[in-house]
Amino acid sequence: MIPVEYYIVLSAILFAIGVAGVLIRRNALIIFMSIELMLNAANLAVVAFSSVLKTFSGQVFVFFVIAVAAAEVAVGLALIVEIFKAKHSIDVDQMSSLKG
Amino acid sequence: MNLTPQDYQVLTPYILLTAWACVLLLADLFIPRERKSITALLAALGLAVTLGVTLSQVGIEQTGFFGMAVLDGFSTFVNALLLVSGILGIAIAHDYVKRMGIERGEYYTLLLFSVSGMMLMAQAADLIIVFIALELLSIPLYVLAAFARPQLSSEEAGMKYFLLGAFATGFVVYGTALVFGATGTTSLAGIVAAAASPSTSTLLLTIGAALVLVGFGFKVAAVPFHMWTPDVYQGAPTAVTAFMAAGAKIAGFAALLRVFATAFSSLAVDMTAVLWALAALTMILGNVIAISQTDIKRMLAYSSIAHAGYILMAFVPYGNPAVRDVSIAAGLFYLAAYAFTNFGAWSVVIALEKKEEKGLAIADYAGLGRKHPLLAAAMTVFMLSLVGLPPTLGLVGKVYLFRAVIAGGFTGLAIIGVLTSLISAYYYLRVVVTMYMKDGEPETVRETWLGFTTGLSAIVTVVFSLLPQSLFAWASEAVLKLF
Repeated sequence: MIPVEYYIVLSAILFAIGVAGVLIRRNALIIFMSIELMLNAANLAVVAFSSVLKTFSGQVFVFFVIAVAAAEVAVGLALIVEIFKAKHSIDVDQMSSLKG
Repeated sequence: MNLTPQDYQVLTPYILLTAWACVLLLADLFIPRERKSITALLAALGLAVTLGVTLSQVGIEQTGFFGMAVLDGFSTFVNALLLVSGILGIAIAHDYVKRMGIERGEYYTLLLFSVSGMMLMAQAADLIIVFIALELLSIPLYVLAAFARPQLSSEEAGMKYFLLGAFATGFVVYGTALVFGATGTTSLAGIVAAAASPSTSTLLLTIGAALVLVGFGFKVAAVPFHMWTPDVYQGAPTAVTAFMAAGAKIAGFAALLRVFATAFSSLAVDMTAVLWALAALTMILGNVIAISQTDIKRMLAYSSIAHAGYILMAFVPYGNPAVRDVSIAAGLFYLAAYAFTNFGAWSVVIALEKKEEKGLAIADYAGLGRKHPLLAAAMTVFMLSLVGLPPTLGLVGKVYLFRAVIAGGFTGLAIIGVLTSLISAYYYLRVVVTMYMKDGEPETVRETWLGFTTGLSAIVTVVFSLLPQSLFAWASEAVLKLF
C-alpha cells in the first residue's frame, strides 16, 4: 500500500501549482482552472486522510466540495462569457477600467 | 440517526429564509416587469419575519444536526444584525436599481440567498458547514457585483470578485483538509478535543489554521489580502457595495471568531502574533491609501479595509481568557456600529449618484450643505462615526475596542489604532469640508426608501451612542457562553 505521506505531498504540489497558476497566468479561464486544481488538491488530501483515519466524514466533505465547485463553475463561466462578449478578450490585465 | 424537532429549531430562521427565497424565485416569474417593487416588498417581508423568529430565539442554547449547527447567543446576535443589514440592503436598492435601469427580480432573491448563507455561517459548528455557508454567501454576491451588466465596470468587478473569492475558497478548503488530517474530524468541538491530545500533529494543524485564516482574510478584506476590494466596491452597483461591505464583513468575522476562538484556541500563542501584524497592517495601509482617493466609492472601500483592521484588533487577545470575552463583545459592538454607519454613508452616495457613474467624485459634494442641509448633516454624522468622533456609535465602538485591547496588554496596537484614526480624520473630514465650505450645485434625488435608510442609520448612529450600554450588554451576553 502506498503510504499516506505520498498522497499528501502530491496534494501539496498540486495546490502549489494551482496557487502559482492563479498568480502567474493572465487568462481568466486558466486562472479559473488553477483554482479548480487547488480545490481538487484539497479533495485528494481529504480522501487520503479519510482512508487512513477510517472515517467517512472526509469523503462526504469531498462530495460537498465537488458540488459547490460545480455551482461556482456555472457562475464563473457565465461571467467569463459576458466579459468576452463585451471585450473579445478575457485577459485579466486588460480588465483595467477600474483604477484610482 | 433521526432528526428531532430540536434539530430543526436550531436552524429555523435559516430554513425559513432559504425556503422563502426559493418560493420568491418562482413567484417572481409571475410578477410583471414594471411591478418588481412587489418582489422587493416580499423579500423584505421574508427578512422581517425571519428577524422576528430570530429574536424569539434569544436565550436558547442548543446544538443540532449531529453537532453540525449551533444556536446560541452569539449566532442570534449576529443573525439579527445580518437580517437588519438585509432589510437595509433592500431599502437602499429598491429605488436605485429602478433609476439605474437594472431592476430585475433576481436581485432580491440573490440578496436573500446571500443573507441565508451569512446566517448559516454564524451558526456553523463544523468546518464543512463553514465551507458551505461561505459559498452560499459568496456566489450570490459574485452575481450581484456583476448585476449592472452589460456595463463593463460592473462585469469586471464581478469577475475580479469571483476569481479572488474562489481563490480564497481554495485556501479555506485546503486548510480544512489539513485540519481534518491532523485531528481526524471537522467538527469544531472535536478539533478542540483532538488538539489537546499529544498524538495530534501540531504542525499540520497550524498550517491548516493559517490557510483558513488566509481564506477569511480575503473575505473580510484584511491587508495583504485586500487587493480586490477597491476595484470591486467601485465597479459593483452602489447598492450591492453597501450590502456587501456590511454583510460579508459581519459574516466573515463571525466565522473567523467562531472557528478561531473555539476550535483553534490551542494555537493562540502563534496566531496572536499573526493577527497583531494583520490588524496593524490593515489599519495603516487602509487609512493611508484612502487619503489619496478622489472617488467616494474608492475612498469608502479603503475605509472599509481600515475598519476590517479595527475589528481584527478584537481578535488579537483571543488566547487570553481574562479579556477574551470583553474584547470579542467589543468586536461585535463595533460590527454593529460599522454596519449602520456604512449603510448610512452609502445611502448618501446613492442619493448623489447619477447614471454612467457620474456624481461619484468627492468634488461633486461641494455645496451640499447649503442645498440639502439634512442630507449633508446625515453625511457629517456618518463621517464623524467613521473617524470615531462624538456623538456617534463609531466613537463608542472604538472606545470599547481600544479599552479591551489595552486590557489584553497590546498597548502598541491600540496606539496604532488611535494614530490611524487621526490619519483617517483627514480624509473623512475633507468630505465634510467640501460639503459646507465649497460652492457647488449638487443634484440629488429624493426617494422614499433611500431617505428612510439614511434617516434610520443617522438616528441609530446618534441615539445608540448616547445609550450604548444596552447594545454592549447584548453583545457581551452573546459571547458569554461561546467558550
